[in-house]
Amino acid sequence: MPIQDPETQDLLRIAVGGSVDHGKSSLIGRLLLDAEALRADQVDEVSRGELSHATDGLRAEREQGITIDVAYRYFSTEKRGFVVADTPGHTRYTRNMVTGASTADLLLLVVDARPPGLTEQSLRHVQLAHLLGIEHLVVAVNKIELVDFDQEAVKAIEHEVAATARRLGLRQATVVPVSAMEGDNVVTRSARTPWYQGPSLLEVLERAGRPSVAEDGALRFPVQWITRAGAYRGLAGQVSGGLLRAGEAIKVLPSGETSRIARIDSFNGPIDNVRGPLAGTVVLEDNLDVARGDMIVPADDPLEPAREVDATLVWLGTEPLTAGRRYLLKQTTRRVRATARELRTVYDVNDEAVDDAAALRLNQVGEVTLRLATPIVADPYSVNQTTGAFILIDELSHDTVAAGMVRATRAAISEEDQKSPDVVWHPGKLDRTERWTHLGSKGATIWLTGLPASGKSTISTALEQALVHRGRLAYLLDGDNVRHGLSGDLGFDAASRAENVRRVAHVARFFADAGGVAVVALVSPFKQDRDLARRLHVKAGLPFIEVFVDTPLEECARRDPKGLYARAKAGRLSGLTGQSNPYEPPPSPEVTVKTLEEPVEHAVERLMTLLDELG
Amino acid sequence: MSTPARTPAVTRLSLLEAEAIHVLREVAAEFERPVLLFSAGKDSIVLLRLAEKAFRPGRFPFPLLHVDTGHNFDEVIAFRDQIVADLGEELIVAKVQDSIDAGRVVEERGDGGSRNRLQSVTLLDALAERGFDAAIGGARRDEERSRAKERILSFRDEYGQWDPRAQRPELWALYNTVVRRGENVRAFPMSNWTELDVWRYIQREQLALPSIYFSHERRVFERGRHVLAESRHITPEPGDGVAQSEHVRYRTVGDLTVTGAIRSEAATVAEVIEELERAKWTERAQTRADDNFSSAALEDRKREGYF
Ligand SMILES: Nc1nc2c(ncn2[C@@H]2O[C@H](COP(=O)(O)OP(=O)(O)O)[C@@H](O)[C@H]2O)c(=O)[nH]1
Repeated sequence: MPIQDPETQDLLRIAVGGSVDHGKSSLIGRLLLDAEALRADQVDEVSRGELSHATDGLRAEREQGITIDVAYRYFSTEKRGFVVADTPGHTRYTRNMVTGASTADLLLLVVDARPPGLTEQSLRHVQLAHLLGIEHLVVAVNKIELVDFDQEAVKAIEHEVAATARRLGLRQATVVPVSAMEGDNVVTRSARTPWYQGPSLLEVLERAGRPSVAEDGALRFPVQWITRAGAYRGLAGQVSGGLLRAGEAIKVLPSGETSRIARIDSFNGPIDNVRGPLAGTVVLEDNLDVARGDMIVPADDPLEPAREVDATLVWLGTEPLTAGRRYLLKQTTRRVRATARELRTVYDVNDEAVDDAAALRLNQVGEVTLRLATPIVADPYSVNQTTGAFILIDELSHDTVAAGMVRATRAAISEEDQKSPDVVWHPGKLDRTERWTHLGSKGATIWLTGLPASGKSTISTALEQALVHRGRLAYLLDGDNVRHGLSGDLGFDAASRAENVRRVAHVARFFADAGGVAVVALVSPFKQDRDLARRLHVKAGLPFIEVFVDTPLEECARRDPKGLYARAKAGRLSGLTGQSNPYEPPPSPEVTVKTLEEPVEHAVERLMTLLDELG
Repeated sequence: MSTPARTPAVTRLSLLEAEAIHVLREVAAEFERPVLLFSAGKDSIVLLRLAEKAFRPGRFPFPLLHVDTGHNFDEVIAFRDQIVADLGEELIVAKVQDSIDAGRVVEERGDGGSRNRLQSVTLLDALAERGFDAAIGGARRDEERSRAKERILSFRDEYGQWDPRAQRPELWALYNTVVRRGENVRAFPMSNWTELDVWRYIQREQLALPSIYFSHERRVFERGRHVLAESRHITPEPGDGVAQSEHVRYRTVGDLTVTGAIRSEAATVAEVIEELERAKWTERAQTRADDNFSSAALEDRKREGYF
């Protein structure tokens, strides 16, 4: 066993592919054996004649004599450790191939030296590896002793490999003639292939670059965990691009709030920099509302949160994807709902486009557009293989149904007019005047904003009651209630709050248009979100009355009917508006109610009068 | 700045460490009730350090659970209690003896019987009773063949069973953590570590281990290819060797009736590493007497829910 120094050694991840029976398992067995990584009990089995037994794990596979699942093997040399993912050859195990390739730095493809050489299956492996961003292909032309060490046989395969590499645009393709059975050129160069001047397979693997983390790119730090201890609040995560540097000006996405990295902590004390893919814990200069799933990027980074992505999917599910279906999407540390809006192209296992495909099926590759319920922060996969990767999870079966790679992102639809291009507004037969005249009612939206426990619910329930008692159609959209169902899928980060406001604003607009008074009681802490609600109504020609329920924070905390402030104080609730989260008071509301000075009935009366004045 | 640049190097150990920390945090963040399985063995001691790196200065977002066979080395239990006290985290002990007393399992052939298999039931009961939906363990893929195909997040049905044919594909470092009530996962943050990596990490982090990992004098006897400790639970039977005092150490801590010792003079971490680099036998073949009777033994036990 070679002596290794763990402080200089690194780790290379290899996916091994190839057609069944071309000798993939045997070659891995040989590498393990000759790199002296196999210890005596495994050597016994290997030397019993079946090299591939060193890698064929599960009994079912032993019985059927095929590899059906990715198996991981480990061996080391002085220079580096190797994690070998042995991936199955059958097309129907494409998902395992993709699994192995998704974490690999390099593809080692095993090809039988005898005709036909590169098979459909081996080409498929190369294509998938390339799709997953592997740029280095190493081809072991195996069983070279069966073709009498003939250079011509290798040359033919070499040509094909070069052509494939050119077609796909692979950065590097290396061909090594080997015999897994007899060991030629696996670890040491063989005298039986004098025409081959290149390095042995192991040497190639030892020298290969380790490209996994985009170090030269821009900083990407997805927040994975909030570390709390007393007053300490650290944002823990794994660097997924660029270099994390103490002192750097940053911005948190999707909120866009900016700050500076005050410190980077590690278990062993503060550090100055962290390279990907290592972990670090960041403390910001400002106490921003940052949650798991947010991403820290340079302050001047042009990256925008995406509400829509174009992506390539490798479909791994038995239920096909069709346009309109919904899934859970996991990307970095974020999980959101996604709808397949459009299925543009489907490629079959031979990489040929399927005509007019309406569904993306198992083992096929497809180009799709996904609409996201809440934004993600993503780069194209070609730029960053961590922030550009995602999986889709079936909401019913919970299976992982797709490996996804982002091609393009659009911030799109944060505006009120968001709609997909092929949706048109369907005009009804009634116009508004006709509707309101027949019903004898007039629509409007009254929007109450203010701190939690400021009195919004008290005023709005009283207002709703008073209106209905006077025969007006009124309905309360209460912040707590809309979180059941309508916004039941949303959290409390800035992006989710914005989405919540957007949904409620649209519902209120419909209701007002129908002729009712929509009474909205919603913290709605951000001016920008409330302005969106106002614009929606103004555009639709509907009255919008913003009511600022103005109660001092201390008074809210004292009232605290739902115990929110108490829980926040005890550290059991984070992100409470007014406490750790900002509240932006409206600069020019139609109505301000100072609840310390004005009784509820009085405020209700004022609002009723105002509504009447609207006509 | 006058202080030298402090930028941790990207090496084999730091890569493995980063991967493990990532897995620990994902599990903690996405499951409702995770638990960390702690045996006081070297792998789970490394796991504790990784958890410290993932969550300090905060507290662990999960308790520790020890499945106690009752056939323990006293040193190991003492060590367990000490390390847990030092960490200030919660430890739950689930006893195989309680499962036996409750009639949930039947002890194998009298007093020399291995309790390794009975552990499965005790573990599953403990998970179900307390509603744990993710159990974090220190298992490594290089330990044994059938483990080589285990996912980092290994999905178990409500009976704790593992179906090797229905494993979820595991892409990039994006773990699918969606489970139904009653279902759970085993999470293995150290999947990609080798035994040597574990020892090197122990050396780098200067972690304390139970004394039985290092050469010490003990009364042992031979049974087949194995060297077993004489104890209140197990004594030589006809056909076994004669008990005598020797210099031995252990490579795993487990049920002492089936955990074999190796003759060794390695008394420090550095000496163990040196010995390992020259080692001739893989860990399991040498030290788990009861895995030997069938080459598919572990696979069967995993299907049953054994860790
Ligand atoms: N003659 C010869 N046979 C080989 C060589 N490598 C593998 N084989 C044989 O080819 C068959 C398939 O090998 P295996 O490793 O199981 O292929 P896999 O399906 O690609 O994993 C087995 O019978 C091996 O013994 C080689 O270099 N020379």
